[in-house]
Amino acid sequence: MKHTLRQVFGSPRFVVGFVIFAFIVLLVIIYPIFVRSEPLGIIGQGTFFPPGIYVNAYDTVGSEPYTLKLDNAAAKRLASRLSDQQRLDKKDWLVAAGIPENEIDPANTEKLLEQWESNYDPAVIVPGMINARRNYFVRLNASLGGILATEAAIIAEMNAETNTLEETGSVDQTDYVNINDVPNKRLLPLGTDNFGRDVLTELVSAIGTSLLIGIVAGLIATTIGLTLGLIAGYIGGFADDIVMFFTNMFTVIPTFVLLILISYSIGQEQRGAVTIAVVIGFTSWVWTTRAVRAQVISLRNRDHVNLSKLSGHSTGRIILLSILPYIASYVVMALILQISSAILAEAGLSILGLGPKTTDVPTLGLMMNWAMIYQAQVLGYWWAYLPVIITIALVSFSLNLMNTGLDQVFNPALRE
Amino acid sequence: MKGYFRYFGGKVVWIIITFIFAFLLNFMLPRLMPGDPVAVITQRVTTGMQSQSGIQAVYEEYQELFGTNKPMLTQFFLYVKNLLHGDFGTSFSQYPRPVSDILRSSIWWTVMLQLPAIIVGWVIGNVLGVLAAYLRGGYDKVAMPVSIFASSLPAFGMAIILLVIFAVGLDWFPTSGGYDVAMIPSLSWAFIWSVFIHYQLPFWSIVLIIIGGQAIGMRSMAIYELNSDYVKYSRFMGIRDRRIILYVFRNAMLPQITGLALAIGTIVGGALVAEIIFSYPGLGTTILSAIRSQDYPLISATTLIITLMVLITTFTIEVLYGFIDPRIKAAQSD
Repeated sequence: MKHTLRQVFGSPRFVVGFVIFAFIVLLVIIYPIFVRSEPLGIIGQGTFFPPGIYVNAYDTVGSEPYTLKLDNAAAKRLASRLSDQQRLDKKDWLVAAGIPENEIDPANTEKLLEQWESNYDPAVIVPGMINARRNYFVRLNASLGGILATEAAIIAEMNAETNTLEETGSVDQTDYVNINDVPNKRLLPLGTDNFGRDVLTELVSAIGTSLLIGIVAGLIATTIGLTLGLIAGYIGGFADDIVMFFTNMFTVIPTFVLLILISYSIGQEQRGAVTIAVVIGFTSWVWTTRAVRAQVISLRNRDHVNLSKLSGHSTGRIILLSILPYIASYVVMALILQISSAILAEAGLSILGLGPKTTDVPTLGLMMNWAMIYQAQVLGYWWAYLPVIITIALVSFSLNLMNTGLDQVFNPALRE
Repeated sequence: MKGYFRYFGGKVVWIIITFIFAFLLNFMLPRLMPGDPVAVITQRVTTGMQSQSGIQAVYEEYQELFGTNKPMLTQFFLYVKNLLHGDFGTSFSQYPRPVSDILRSSIWWTVMLQLPAIIVGWVIGNVLGVLAAYLRGGYDKVAMPVSIFASSLPAFGMAIILLVIFAVGLDWFPTSGGYDVAMIPSLSWAFIWSVFIHYQLPFWSIVLIIIGGQAIGMRSMAIYELNSDYVKYSRFMGIRDRRIILYVFRNAMLPQITGLALAIGTIVGGALVAEIIFSYPGLGTTILSAIRSQDYPLISATTLIITLMVLITTFTIEVLYGFIDPRIKAAQSD
């Protein structure tokens, strides 16, 4: 056993797969310890808030201000307010006023403003420019002046008696707030989803559920497959015929279709994550059965098995001691593949709207499903679907890597 | 020749038995499950209705329509009789359009998308697999993990990635549909071009997924073959590598064909979900809208058609295999 383990961990593919998988599992275990919020809790009012740190604006007004003199603060402020169209318009004016076009870069705010300040003159009449357009530039220039003004923004409160605004304070342009002083802030590394739920918290919880679905489905499928394979391979004869009849049939009938029919028939209300896992498990035992049967048939007439039979050992004992140890590596590899395909099957079902019910637990498939329903992929809300796809791919990739690594260890023909 | 007939005859009988079984499952599963589909439909139709007797009347009306109040055996014969007349019933969601009409318009989109994609993906994947086994070294070190990663992605994942990069980001291809919605299907060049453009992303997302899986399988097969005696002997004989690779490819291809026959169901299932991402007007999108609108007759008919398509494909591959595999040829000529 120790030797086998050392061999297995000597395979680089297995180790890489194992490390990725262990990292994902650790994330699922450790993350909830630090972030104790409800995975399905709706925190955002609105859909798809982009990733970032959200700081309470009301609290920042009340916090102690610090004055920092930073050079390019005004330019940065302008850059965030100046639209692309306004930049291009400015460029148009400057070009029309005789500045060489290659010297103007609309993306470089500081330089653009400098050129604008030094060249723009409302009195200049650019040849060929209509009056309305000229007025537009006057307004644009004036609005820039507004943003660039150095006066403070005034904070006022409504006086209930006189119904007038009374100044209570002001915020200078050079005022800064230390983010540690702001009591209310929330880090949303992956933003929020269409319901306003924290995507990262939801994702971690979804990975947990999806892994659970994969493991439950994989164990069921492997148990059924192993049992049927042993019956068909070891007992043979009529039992073999019956098992193979159904196995061959279910190999050809698409599993996907069976999953759709069964999940649809169960109905939305009864579909929990475990139910889905059981359904997937009961529809995907075919491959394991075939593989185990083939292995057992090749083992059935080996000398050590015959010797065990001659010694009068019971069938159960022969299977347990003389057959199972030889196919154990095979069964483990089959289990790994079952887990990975079950996770994919759940995702596929959920996209069709036949996954576990939404209000219960998040799963990777359900997150995909809602992102698709809200067209996140077309509208550019990458944080709603990309992390999910990457996670699905990573989980399945790590399991497949572990599988090929094991294959290389236990299958001499594939060794390097 | 007689032997061939026996081989194909056996396959035909087998495929018919499987179809009957699949057909029974398609009929029985929804009826055996605890949920009552008619109750679900009634609930949907009668939302907001107050009178209890009204709801009851609707329920009985639907029971009559689907024959769920008759004994199971009668229902079954009624179902078979209707199917033999090509009558799949009437769709709920697109009432009063017959289900067969909806299927007729979507089935060709799926066939034309998936069949070429599976063939192209299979060929490219196998060539890459043999190359990986033959060249080993650096090429193999890169190609293998990439293949494993590509085959780890679900088809819909690949579809979304291609969609985001090439349709949304670069704007080279349209994001959804089978052709420009502003066009009326006709045999004009503009329409064919539009279909072609809409075809690319769904097609390549399916192809890329299949390439990964096939390349991995073919690599293992080819490594087995490359270690075999005939390859070593050919090398001693001084036969050129290119020629040996051709033999290796031919020998390693046989199990890959069987593998394709066995995996076709899974591939089709994945590809149907990929269709949904692009709202491609095929069976995948049909079944999605059927599920969303609880259109029971449409779901049942679509699953039946998908099963039939997979069975026919499997059968075709097995027939081809009979012609290609020299062992079967040898066995039949005795």
